[in-house]
Amino acid sequence: MTNGLDDTSLPRDNGELVFEAPWQGRALAIAVALVNKLGLPWDAFRHRLMDEIAKDPQRPYYESWGAALESMIVDLKLATSATLDAATPTERTPL
Amino acid sequence: MTTDHHHPTEMAPIEARVAAIESVLVEKGVLDPDVLDQIVANFEDNLGPMNGAKVVARAWSDPEYRERLLADGTAAIKELGFEGPEGEYMVVVENTPKVHNLVVCTLCSCYPWPILGLPPKWYKAPAYRSRAVREPRKLLAEMGTDIEADVEIRVWDSSAEARYLVLPMRPDGTDDMSEEQLAGIVTRDAMIGVQRL
Repeated sequence: MTNGLDDTSLPRDNGELVFEAPWQGRALAIAVALVNKLGLPWDAFRHRLMDEIAKDPQRPYYESWGAALESMIVDLKLATSATLDAATPTERTPL
Repeated sequence: MTTDHHHPTEMAPIEARVAAIESVLVEKGVLDPDVLDQIVANFEDNLGPMNGAKVVARAWSDPEYRERLLADGTAAIKELGFEGPEGEYMVVVENTPKVHNLVVCTLCSCYPWPILGLPPKWYKAPAYRSRAVREPRKLLAEMGTDIEADVEIRVWDSSAEARYLVLPMRPDGTDDMSEEQLAGIVTRDAMIGVQRL
């Protein structure tokens, strides 16, 4: 930063976790990285997120995010639902 | 259920689906897992309301900066080194004794990432998104912020091509504070407009 202020003295997240679970961070990062990589405007994702939220307003936020991500990937023909089904794990890999 | 750190644990369907999306895109060479790590780390370490607090403190301390900030939010915020996704079209709205500003995204969760990080959970909740427009004064009162009846409340819906930052009023009794000290009293909620300092 250019103004020499001390970062550590400032509020970071007002006591809230940035992500409630690691997969939420991955879901966010995939969307950001994908629009960058493909040179798309952020709206390409944002409109899908809006649609998914509108479709099921009470669904947890990052589940709507995941659904938007999947619809974008399928429409861009980066993967089919069947490919994703086949790649979907049922258990966490041990660390 | 017994816990065993070396035994695989069951995943929630959404967690598994996101893992599948990542692995398929990585395998196709579309995504690089290191890039994903960097994006997550950036959100966790560098993006957050501490950045917006610096912008507000500078505006309170430097009248010329304040003018630039209100005239072209994106450029003035970039002067302090903050830019990036969701920060391309920044509009700064100033609270005055007669006007209180409140920011919402009625359709999803648009939020100025470079200066506030990711939005709090309530910002993304249907109740906040609908009530901020319909009955902002009542909602603010329930959130602990009473706005006098003769103060106009302006609600800014981020779903247009803009992300908003509220420039709160500088609290009384802060004349002797340095810019750094001022940044320490600015809160995320004040920059969304659900709190007064």
